[in-house]
Amino acid sequence: MNILAIDTSNRPMSVALYHNETPLIEHTLNSKRNHSVQLMPAIDYIMKEVNIQPKDLSKIIVANGPGSYTGLRIGVTTAKTLAWTLNIPLVTVSSLELVAANLIYSSGLICSFFDARRGNVFTGLYRAQEGRLTEELPDQNIAMEEWLDRLNDFGEPITMVSPTEHTFSDMVYEILGKRAKWVTGHLSFPQAGQLVLLGKDREPVDIHTTSPQYHRLVEAEVKWLEKNAQNK
Amino acid sequence: MDQEKILAIETSCDETAAAVVEGGTTLLSNVVATQMDIHQKFGGVVPELASRHHIEQITLVIDQALNEAEVTMEEIDAIAVTEGPGLVGALLIGVNAAKTLAFAHQKPLIGVHHIAGHIYANRLEQEFQFPLLSLVVSGGHTELILMKEHGDYEIIGETRDDAAGEAYDKVAKALDLPYPGGPVIDQLAHEGEETYDFPRSWLEKGSFDFSFSGLKTAVVNQIHQLKQKNEPISKANIAASFQASVVDVLVEKTYQAAQQYGVKQLIVAGGVSANRALRRSIQERFEGTNIAVSIPPLYLCTDNAAMIGAAASIQYRNNQYASLNLNAQPGLMIER
Ligand SMILES: [Zn+2]
Repeated sequence: MNILAIDTSNRPMSVALYHNETPLIEHTLNSKRNHSVQLMPAIDYIMKEVNIQPKDLSKIIVANGPGSYTGLRIGVTTAKTLAWTLNIPLVTVSSLELVAANLIYSSGLICSFFDARRGNVFTGLYRAQEGRLTEELPDQNIAMEEWLDRLNDFGEPITMVSPTEHTFSDMVYEILGKRAKWVTGHLSFPQAGQLVLLGKDREPVDIHTTSPQYHRLVEAEVKWLEKNAQNK
Repeated sequence: MDQEKILAIETSCDETAAAVVEGGTTLLSNVVATQMDIHQKFGGVVPELASRHHIEQITLVIDQALNEAEVTMEEIDAIAVTEGPGLVGALLIGVNAAKTLAFAHQKPLIGVHHIAGHIYANRLEQEFQFPLLSLVVSGGHTELILMKEHGDYEIIGETRDDAAGEAYDKVAKALDLPYPGGPVIDQLAHEGEETYDFPRSWLEKGSFDFSFSGLKTAVVNQIHQLKQKNEPISKANIAASFQASVVDVLVEKTYQAAQQYGVKQLIVAGGVSANRALRRSIQERFEGTNIAVSIPPLYLCTDNAAMIGAAASIQYRNNQYASLNLNAQPGLMIER
């Protein structure tokens, strides 16, 4: 079974090809260039390197958010179009779970987060135990300060990990104190191969209706809802 | 000659569309999923919302286009997609879907200019006669484009401020009419009379450029004055007077340009070419000339993918292919 995995949720872009649980190739880059330009050539490249044709693919796994709206749509559009046209299953995995999975062989709480501007984050809380991840708090869009108060209630050490640039370090130490541990560098970046390990046995999604998990309404909708609530 | 079959995709604004076109002239299918009702309550297209809906529709629409055309991907010769201009987030959905299909089936990929598409919509009805003049009028465009041969575009006039469709939307807003303004004002104008003398902007002599912001301001001022004097506002008469001004300028400049460049055919393209007053007035002005006037049927005027497939046919024959690094180009120019 040849599995293609794709993540374009944030600035890093990662694609991988696995044969069952064996990695064949993984290609990750972290540049300011456009995923729309780079994704398709990157998939083309990794497939040629290991001599696999599109028709030889048997499953697609994509990180479907949260993250950058545009980035997510590029990855998800590519994944769903490919799965649909090749008539193979599509599996989606949380972009936050993907980052947390770098620490899957540790033990304890892992908070992965992406900066969502103006003091907000996209974040989720996972627990690593015996090579497995379980969700402790669901992925959400929340003010970092409020989130950290909730994490504090756990009273346990928490490993913080984020592939995005942010300015929350001081706030984390203020609220969580010494219980906060940081993972930076290589292990804070998404690696598409982890998508295969997380998603290979998961239930496929309905390809046509699949779209990213934005975890946030469109601004115009929020304003419209507010206005209409007032008018009632 | 073997007639190529092109699968075309268009997602530049608020329609998710796919079509199969044979030989650049024959429509095998033309599927359009419109988001009109979604954006209506916001009084205009919300780009992020448009992108979110495109991604939910894209594979469904392509699937339906292939089914209705009764062709498989193996029988398709090339994949065409609107690369620009348009809303970048919206364009990206079509561009990435098209690239994926081209990659998965090892087919040539063709990036098409949206306005070239609007012009080529006419070729699904009637063969082109060069030199050819196109009046392209839509929510985002008001342009006179001269073509001496296939795939060759020269802009000889364009708007210096608002597009014609934009002026319609702004006037509709001033009259408390729903979005989009074009069809509503066209309907109201039909019921009213030209009682206000709104300005016609001809610009300097010999110029084929347009300007509609002065007209829009005059209409808004007029409404304001009537309100202040507590006089009744006849929306129908204001609509009729506004529309008369827009149509006069569009038709006269188009006629002058057609004469000056000695064209054999005039094409009216873009969403505003659905306007009944414009259609009638163009027909009347060109009557008795030996210039053939082509205005596509309504379903080919508004955004669709069939027009993209028709324009792509020329690029296919000239081997003008894109590579897998094709990107959305929100500000793409038509002139090369
Ligand atoms: Zn258009």
